[in-house]
Amino acid sequence: MSANTAVVERYRNSFLKEVEANVEEGQWVKMCMQCGVCSGSCPLGPAWDHPPQEIFMMIRAGKRDEVLTSSSMWMCTSCYNCIVRCPRELPITHIMHGLANYAHRLGIAPKNQPTRKFAKLFWDNLSKKGRVNELKLGIALYFMNGLVSGIKTALKMAPLGINMVKTKRMSPMEYFGGHGIKDTKGLHAILKKAREIEAAKMQKF
Amino acid sequence: MAKKEYSFYPGCSSQKAASGSNYQVSVDSMCDVLDIQLNTIPDWNCCSASIGYAEGGELPRLALSARNMALSEQHNAGQDIVATCAACWLATRETKDRLLHSEHLMKETNEALAAAGLNVKANQNVRHMVEVLIEDFGYDALGKHVKKPLEGIKIAGYVGCQTNRPFGIQGESFENPKYLDKLVETMGAEPVENYQKKVSCCGGALAFSEPEKSQALIKDIIEAAYDGGADMIVTPCPVCQMNVEVYQDQINSKYKTKFKMPVVYYSTLMSVAYGKDFKQSGLDGQVIAPNKLNAIAKK
Repeated sequence: MSANTAVVERYRNSFLKEVEANVEEGQWVKMCMQCGVCSGSCPLGPAWDHPPQEIFMMIRAGKRDEVLTSSSMWMCTSCYNCIVRCPRELPITHIMHGLANYAHRLGIAPKNQPTRKFAKLFWDNLSKKGRVNELKLGIALYFMNGLVSGIKTALKMAPLGINMVKTKRMSPMEYFGGHGIKDTKGLHAILKKAREIEAAKMQKF
Repeated sequence: MAKKEYSFYPGCSSQKAASGSNYQVSVDSMCDVLDIQLNTIPDWNCCSASIGYAEGGELPRLALSARNMALSEQHNAGQDIVATCAACWLATRETKDRLLHSEHLMKETNEALAAAGLNVKANQNVRHMVEVLIEDFGYDALGKHVKKPLEGIKIAGYVGCQTNRPFGIQGESFENPKYLDKLVETMGAEPVENYQKKVSCCGGALAFSEPEKSQALIKDIIEAAYDGGADMIVTPCPVCQMNVEVYQDQINSKYKTKFKMPVVYYSTLMSVAYGKDFKQSGLDGQVIAPNKLNAIAKK
């Protein structure tokens, strides 16, 4: 490291470095020019405690806990509006997914955040048999906040479920077995290996 | 015209008794008329859509799509991969771009795939069915097969998000794409001019986890269709279709509205216009009946 680089490094806060090293597309964060087009373009904009442009500035300001424990990134609907409108072409949607994933991985994302819970249910559901079982996913979703609220939700959702069954877009039989791929063993091996490679790349901060 | 063949990635919602099974029925009917042969990728898996990110990191997600691409390269070599689901298309195309853009992601993804004896090159085009229709056929060719023009139906073209962004359809703008309106016109129906919610978000997967916030978005999408005088909404995305169609009762009870707006796929419209019957067009899968379309299908 040259003397000059060493001086520069001292002035870079470590949370930005951490995001650049460990968060998907994190190397883009420093490119944000704070115009706010992303925040104005987000369909759930008003629901974010800190809209994307604020998150980017908070990362640069080293506000690690405030960013990673925020529910903000979990408001992303993956509509990609921010991506196509960003004048600097930051892959904002992916950075938000990356931040959410990183906070979840570290175990400091808000515990009862519904989208965090649902995203985990979704992944567990699809990776088990290689394809999504919509019925089991729906039932798991209704009951993700416990039995009592689950029964309430299930009752509220019953007419919708009946409509789906009537139109053959859902089948109670999916609960027993259901769709899946043949080579689940191979898929599980692929995912295990991918996780190992990714875990090995994570840098300590 | 000679038969066209594609390597087909149908996606989870297209399966029997799944939420988009009626989409698949109408796609099959449409392809039958257009002489398109869809060669399903053997043993395809879920792409993890845009909600798998929390538990699945970048590499596991890329590996999911890469497995499908590897199987496609092996079994359907030389064909373009075609998806009908917006999320399937987006995830697969995104994976292709990232693998070709980054040597280390390509290397790591292949290391993961090797655990199941697979290898990916990412050398096939990844396209949405709508691109096939517009680019490989074109509106004139699509119009030639119309047997029953959808006269007297006014339709709001709801393009939604993921068929439109970040990739979109070549030659169309992100903010005001016109292809769905042109398809509607080609089938003999009347598009709603200036449907202002055509590229607005329905909430996507957050319709499940944040129902109130998402239903507020859906309400605006339906309201704008009514404002434009629409008889029904048409969409190219199975998530848009489901979200906008099936929550209308809940929206009505919360907002005291009286919505009863049918939501169909472009392939539903095309199947009916091409002379397919009620069932072949997947119309038995509609929760809210598109009466004017049903009448033409049953004629």
